[in-house]
Amino acid sequence: MFTYTLRRLAFAVPTVLVISLIVFLMLDMAPGDPTGSLPLTIPLEVREQIRQALGLGDPVLVRYFKWLHMMVIIEPSHMLANATGWNIAIEGPRILSWQTRSPVGDIIVQRIPQTLWVVGLGYLFGILIAVPIGVISAYKQYSWFDQTGTFISMVGFSVPTFFTGVVFILIFSVWLGWFPSMYDTTHRVRDWDSFLFQVRQIAMPVAVLALFNASQISRFMRASMLDNLNQDYVRTARAKGLMERTVLLVHVLRNSMIPVVTVIAIGIPTVFTGAIITEQIFRVNGLGDALIRAIYVSDWPMVQTITFIFAILIVLFNLIADVLYGILDPRIRYE
Amino acid sequence: MPDGALPVLDVRNLKTVFRTRAGEIHAVNSVSFQLRPGELLGVVGESGSGKSVTMMSLIGLLPSPPAEVRDGNVMLGDKDLLKIGEDGLRAIRGRDVGFVFQDPMTSLNPVFTVGFQIMEPLRRHMGMDKARARKRAVELLELVGIPDAERRLKDFPHQFSGGMRQRVMIAIALACDPKVLIADEPTTALDVTIQAQIIELVKGLREKLGMAIIWITHDLGVIAGIADRVMVMYGGQVAEHGPVREVFANPAHPYTRALLKTVPKLREPRADKLRVIEGQPPMLGAHPTACPFRARCEHAFERCARENPPRREIGAGHDVACWWDHRTGEPV
Repeated sequence: MFTYTLRRLAFAVPTVLVISLIVFLMLDMAPGDPTGSLPLTIPLEVREQIRQALGLGDPVLVRYFKWLHMMVIIEPSHMLANATGWNIAIEGPRILSWQTRSPVGDIIVQRIPQTLWVVGLGYLFGILIAVPIGVISAYKQYSWFDQTGTFISMVGFSVPTFFTGVVFILIFSVWLGWFPSMYDTTHRVRDWDSFLFQVRQIAMPVAVLALFNASQISRFMRASMLDNLNQDYVRTARAKGLMERTVLLVHVLRNSMIPVVTVIAIGIPTVFTGAIITEQIFRVNGLGDALIRAIYVSDWPMVQTITFIFAILIVLFNLIADVLYGILDPRIRYE
Repeated sequence: MPDGALPVLDVRNLKTVFRTRAGEIHAVNSVSFQLRPGELLGVVGESGSGKSVTMMSLIGLLPSPPAEVRDGNVMLGDKDLLKIGEDGLRAIRGRDVGFVFQDPMTSLNPVFTVGFQIMEPLRRHMGMDKARARKRAVELLELVGIPDAERRLKDFPHQFSGGMRQRVMIAIALACDPKVLIADEPTTALDVTIQAQIIELVKGLREKLGMAIIWITHDLGVIAGIADRVMVMYGGQVAEHGPVREVFANPAHPYTRALLKTVPKLREPRADKLRVIEGQPPMLGAHPTACPFRARCEHAFERCARENPPRREIGAGHDVACWWDHRTGEPV
């Protein structure tokens, strides 16, 4: 199992490096100019000096390696130092946002908690809803519960979050006035009332994301359970006289979770990227919001960094999915 | 075998129906048989003859719906298995009745260790704690001839060969010292040499433990080698039933006779083609009012289409369901 993990990890490193080169080059070749959003009164030679000051005078490969060095060594050390309070930050030039002139890493660290709270809770609730629904749907196949669940998950999966988000805002904010339509990041939870406000403002984006994720995962869960319910080992478990609950929740569920857990793990980074739209609708200033704003003003260091983080997350969670598969399925482990 | 002893299992007029969209399938029709303590009853018949369905009906292993046990009595000791309900059956399954299935490659749960799977019925039915169940599991693995039992408990099913997995299945079925062991084609999915090993194992276990066994198979040779009595099934009914020597020496039902003729003989000149019974097994769309074998029967006459023959005694413990008398070659 350990060598298996190491081997997978060894494959992941070159993958990430190739992605980093592609991300860097693509954005480097993209049209747009860091001084494009500055006032037109600035003379051309001053603009050129600004470009030089931003380090754009170097050849592209030099800039790539400088960026890579900052990306994988300096910025993470600062992020860690910020997060832990230890004095481990490595000195050196940092990736600066063209727009704000502040280090990209600091902005990202500011943005991550919002994304984690909203998107993370959305995904977590999605899983918590999806697994029991999938299990019951499969066990009571073609019952009214299954029919309703399958219909709702089909709708939830086919209707995009930017549509359900707007519908939720219309119904629950505009008509009913239950929840605020905008997410207030500056809100701090101090007491019971402010906690309730936090619950109310987070409810809608979390519900939209949870509905979407639950739709997808419950379908996987149901299909996987159905596959396993007809297996011979289920009949063996019943022939042993085990309780139906044990047959279902120990024997069948454990096998059914194998593909579902990998789907869940692989889905985590796509939820980060997919939540960009939900963050826009509910004005959550998370990572996705930062990415969209940076694209608007051609802030390439910011876009490169966030895109690269997404890429790392995707590779990382694919790796986690592989390892989980090995842990859950003993047949994989020894190969 | 002790003849006068009370049967451990007494099945009367068992009738099982599958409800499908296309209508009802009458898979088991008025099947009756008895199983005496320590006896090995062989059940033969082609696919779809109702062998497995009969045995699964006894202990409620058929998925319901679509299956429905519509009629009959199944007495295990003094309990009627068709009346004790799902909870009662659960207490019987794995404890009083052990089951071994056809395909050992898929019958064990791939994600749990063999030890866990053997210990499960022990902890469920015998109320054993982990340590005692473990000890018993080691004994069971040794009993079914798996070497290095202590260590193998921690292994997963995929680390065992097919024959070894079937031994594990037998260990699970025997875990709680059942009165009856039902083996549903336990050697069909195995190599011939492994088949022989499993058959020898079951023979030995029967002598050692003394449980009664129902052995379902296609293989007449296996039955001849191990069974005390044989029950030939066709179209969801018992065609012929009797002591194994008697049935093999004096087959009375045209189906049994045809079945025995299909067995290739080693000492006879080699035939170009294997012998077959012409025709198809019947569709069991309705409760039979005629003999199900008549369409393939060389002796069929007018009465066979009009009345379903009841089982009639033709010798000591030997009965046949046929309107044709094999001794005279005339209708009864």
